[in-house]
Amino acid sequence: MHSFFHPGSPHANAVAHLWWWMFGVGGAIWIGVTLVALYAAFTRRGSGDGLVEPPAAEHRRIERVVSAATFVTILILAGFLVYDFSVGRALAAHPQRGLTIDVTGHQWWWEVTYENPDPSRRLVTANEMHVPVGEPVQFTLRAADVIHSFWAPSLDGKRDLIPGYTSSFWFTADTAGVYRGQCAEFCGLEHAKMAFYIVADPRPRFEAWLKAASQSHQAPADPTLAYGERVFLASGCATCHSISGTQAFATVGPNLSHFASRSTIAAGTLTNTSVNLTRWILNPQVVKPGVGMPAVPLDSGPLTALVAYLESLK
Amino acid sequence: MPSVARAYRYVVVATVFATAAACEREERRLNEPPLSTPGAFVPQSPLQPGPTLVADTTEGPFDDNAYGTAEGQKLFGQMNCSGCHANGGGNMGPALMDDQWIYGSTPNQIFASIAEGRPNGMPSWRYRLTNQQIWQLVAYVRSLSGLTPKGARPARDDHMMIKPAPNQTPNAKPKNAGLPGASQRP
Repeated sequence: MHSFFHPGSPHANAVAHLWWWMFGVGGAIWIGVTLVALYAAFTRRGSGDGLVEPPAAEHRRIERVVSAATFVTILILAGFLVYDFSVGRALAAHPQRGLTIDVTGHQWWWEVTYENPDPSRRLVTANEMHVPVGEPVQFTLRAADVIHSFWAPSLDGKRDLIPGYTSSFWFTADTAGVYRGQCAEFCGLEHAKMAFYIVADPRPRFEAWLKAASQSHQAPADPTLAYGERVFLASGCATCHSISGTQAFATVGPNLSHFASRSTIAAGTLTNTSVNLTRWILNPQVVKPGVGMPAVPLDSGPLTALVAYLESLK
Repeated sequence: MPSVARAYRYVVVATVFATAAACEREERRLNEPPLSTPGAFVPQSPLQPGPTLVADTTEGPFDDNAYGTAEGQKLFGQMNCSGCHANGGGNMGPALMDDQWIYGSTPNQIFASIAEGRPNGMPSWRYRLTNQQIWQLVAYVRSLSGLTPKGARPARDDHMMIKPAPNQTPNAKPKNAGLPGASQRP
């Protein structure tokens, strides 16, 4: 879901209501003004050419009508001002509790960290975040390089990620589902291919995901997968990526610890399938020109094993 | 006045060509076939017994490309080159922005230094970075001491630095430094 017309949180709902009210009232006024203008255009006044000065009584009547219309306009705008402020206040109220998710914008992907008082249990993932339904979730936003903007239209308004500055906001997803989000501040060549997904699940399913995602990987027993892991560690992948439970712990690129559990590759660019992953590893610059990931020239044997290994990281 | 018109035409054509030439600086060579390593023989010293047999190349694949140099700068930060070379000023590792070169200043020699590593601390980056990335680093490292064309270097640095803008760095004349003396070694 990626539409402001399908709100999945009280925040988005309030904004959608405000929008529909503005659309309705604005539309009604537009229709009224158009009708009056048409009436004025097609009604003949007087007989001759040129302007006709109305009599004094008529003049006063016109003055009263225009003054009343101006007053009504001010009243409507002031009403919307109050409504708008009250929506803004409701969005800004901060519950100061619940789950905290750190989001860092990179060119062009999202680094996601689930905070935990115990640092060793912090969970790092990328481009896909899970949240429990019906609970306020706090987001802390940072940027690593340039300004990005976090925008999941069905859940909340835009919020900028600014280098050197930490901002935060929160929302409560009240409908389970998968919500698409998108970088909403032009951030370079691949700004358009910088999407993220928010998966809102009931608490038990969320807990199950959190538990699974926090597990370190055991060395694979299958010989092909074990070979794939060696390829991962030896071919330069581990220079930028990390996989928990292995010697790969670099933080330049997205964390791949539970890569196979994500639905897309490269921030929503490709669906996560073996074929797409092979394409991506061999030449990412064709799929997402300018991306930080270099083309990795691998022979078909190691490549197949590597893809099989990555797709086994549930 | 046909001569004025002709002169005007020449100016237009010259401008078009000049603009087209300037584009090469900005060209983002994103989808090109994998680059190769310098090859088997990279001389580390200008000294050769007998007559000079091998003349080293003087320009790397990204030396005249601003985008490649900028990518090299990005990698320089991401791969923590500054951990030892301190933004090129030198710390545990030698300075890169001066004119002293222990293992040579040509693109091939710098590629070899990065890919193979060097004694006393420089790690080997072969199998850790792709050739493309190493060549981008080569362009950036060479730009630090003004060995790449001025036009390919930026007019403004990303950081506050107490030195002229990269494209104002004078083109250095590389000198052979040799290994640091025993007293300077950690």
